Amino acid sequence: MQNTELLRFTTAGSVDDGKSTLIGRLLYDSKSIYQDQYEQIERVSEKRGEEGVNLALLTDGLKSEREQGITIDVAYRYFSTPKRKFIIADTPGHIQYTRNMVTGASTANVALVLIDARHGVVEQTKRHAIIASILQIPHLLVCINKMDLEEYSQEVYDKIQNDFEQFAAKLDVKDVSFIPISALNGDNVVHRSDKMNWYEGSTLMHYLENVHIASDHNFIDTRLPIQSVIRPYSDEFHDYRGYAGRIAGGSFKIGDKVVALPSGFSSEVTRIVGPSGDQDVAYPPQSVTLLLKDDIDISRGDMIVRENNQPEVGQDIDLMICWFDGEKSLKPNGKYALKHTSQDVRCVIKDVRYKLDINTLSRDQEDKEIKMNDIGRIQIRTTKPLFTDSYRTNRITGSVIIIDEGTNNTVAAGMVI
Amino acid sequence: MNYQIDHLRELESESIFIMREVAAQFENPVLMFSGGKDSILMVYLAHKAFYPAKIPFSLLHVDTGHNFPETLKYRDELVERFGAKLVIGSVQEAIDNGLVTEEKGFNASRNGLQTSALLEALEKGKYDAALGGARRDEEKARAKERFFSHRDEFGQWDPKNQRPELWNLFNGRKNMGEHFRIFPISNWTELDVWQYLALEDIPLPSLYFAHERKVFKRDGTLLADCEYIQKRPNEEVFTQMVRCRTIGDMTCTGVWESNATTVEDIIQEIATTRMTERGGRTDDKRSETSMEDRKKLGYF
Repeated sequence: MQNTELLRFTTAGSVDDGKSTLIGRLLYDSKSIYQDQYEQIERVSEKRGEEGVNLALLTDGLKSEREQGITIDVAYRYFSTPKRKFIIADTPGHIQYTRNMVTGASTANVALVLIDARHGVVEQTKRHAIIASILQIPHLLVCINKMDLEEYSQEVYDKIQNDFEQFAAKLDVKDVSFIPISALNGDNVVHRSDKMNWYEGSTLMHYLENVHIASDHNFIDTRLPIQSVIRPYSDEFHDYRGYAGRIAGGSFKIGDKVVALPSGFSSEVTRIVGPSGDQDVAYPPQSVTLLLKDDIDISRGDMIVRENNQPEVGQDIDLMICWFDGEKSLKPNGKYALKHTSQDVRCVIKDVRYKLDINTLSRDQEDKEIKMNDIGRIQIRTTKPLFTDSYRTNRITGSVIIIDEGTNNTVAAGMVI
Repeated sequence: MNYQIDHLRELESESIFIMREVAAQFENPVLMFSGGKDSILMVYLAHKAFYPAKIPFSLLHVDTGHNFPETLKYRDELVERFGAKLVIGSVQEAIDNGLVTEEKGFNASRNGLQTSALLEALEKGKYDAALGGARRDEEKARAKERFFSHRDEFGQWDPKNQRPELWNLFNGRKNMGEHFRIFPISNWTELDVWQYLALEDIPLPSLYFAHERKVFKRDGTLLADCEYIQKRPNEEVFTQMVRCRTIGDMTCTGVWESNATTVEDIIQEIATTRMTERGGRTDDKRSETSMEDRKKLGYF
């Protein structure tokens, strides 16, 4: 069997910038659309009196969305090529949907930002790029779409690229690429365009198949948050005591000296049991069970790390948060439930430092009311110490969700600064 | 050192992670077992997640009474192999108790009645989380489903009020009487499932492989000839090499013309096929939004 990598990417955009057409085009040209799906959109296109088959209909949503003419939520789509399997987190791009963009961005390797060649860099482009940078998506891909409506002009493309680069200089993004496309006609999506010979870079599909994602995980700071302790209580495995979890960073090898937090007890890795049996080494994003030499007290919420490389242990934590709740804004001094790796704690909001204007990146220190879709910097104190890394160094040990204890809803996503 | 895993191993680890979260966050989870390949995959993943301990969930089979006999045989063997506990929710019982009324006529199916039997079984067993093998690539309503899907005290799904899911932090908090549906294999596609079943050499019910069967054609779909479906006078029965792509109730599961007799043949067939797997499900064809409508009421 072939060895194919998994790449997750997020797209954001409004109804008219061609996002749905682009996704439809990727699915169609990579032959990920089945005949019955195609026939269905063919029928609908005809009924609506459209010219040709509208590929955008492939990503048409739920009845409740069509009734209101909006996209409510993140939709996940799948396609694959012989090289990679792709998961698209498709999110609406309007300001009201910042929370959806954040959700889609949280696990993405690549953020695909669409720009309409006729309009250039607009507010929504900036918002999406800012979210991609706050959420630390490793790769940013800017597709300049509808080139067919600008006569495939290099001048138009160059100007937009230049504008975007000037704006992105203020952002924390590591890897930015640009591709001129026409999703409608398929130029530079899967097949190379013969109308833009001035462009020598890759097609969108070539980029997606080849962008280097193997180092997107943190392979340096070794962390295993414990989900559960496996104790079979059977005669055959009488003394078996395994610590189960998904590797959040670095790597564990048999013989490694490790420390359990919060107890601080040391031990040594004696076995690593993975889904296919024993293995010598474990790294992200593998789910494994570790067995240790000594019988030390470890339970859910604890973390196994290396002796000489430990996370911050503390109760006072600075966070960048995105607020999700439409009914209630963030309560200063309010108490909330909080989840971090496999820990469940409570926290109190100690301070709201500032609110971020996600169109200009300016910090508002006057109006600090954090409402739905707002991004802001806060300080919290937790009931128990958390074992954190900064979100910049580790997206798993650096992220939290905040939960309203009355409604049980997830009301905010937080990134450790 | 090459610290890279392929997509099947990454999906496997993701699903195991979710199952371990379920075991830790809920008091009484249950795994919904239909006898189809997705729920078989779920049982194998659950086994790996907790090995060498036993699977900490019971298996719940909502029995329409219209099963392919092969499904029941396979189910009982699987339960025995993993020493799992089997719970059966019976649609026949729900009919007998007057909870639901059986559909009549040519298109009669017990598929819709499963929802009531399922909700009844969940309530009776006091389960607070039900793990299912639904995948997001199956259908557009499922494309928006969460891993942890919150259901109110009536078991209903509200697509407008789903909790955002970020990173790998899953919020399973709930009030009394509410429960969660959990979909650990959300990110797998049909092809992923088959590739994994082949990779792991997992035995499957014979129905998935091409075999000779008496069938008849209705609305472009081949259905198995059986006592549970009333045929129209012009519907002729003939014998054909077929296999199932999904396994459900006999009344609504279409069979496909196929000569695929091994898992490798099936992978080849799917890689080149031109129809979605639910294309043969007459329950989805009832209307354009039938899955969305059924999900809101509490269907799988």
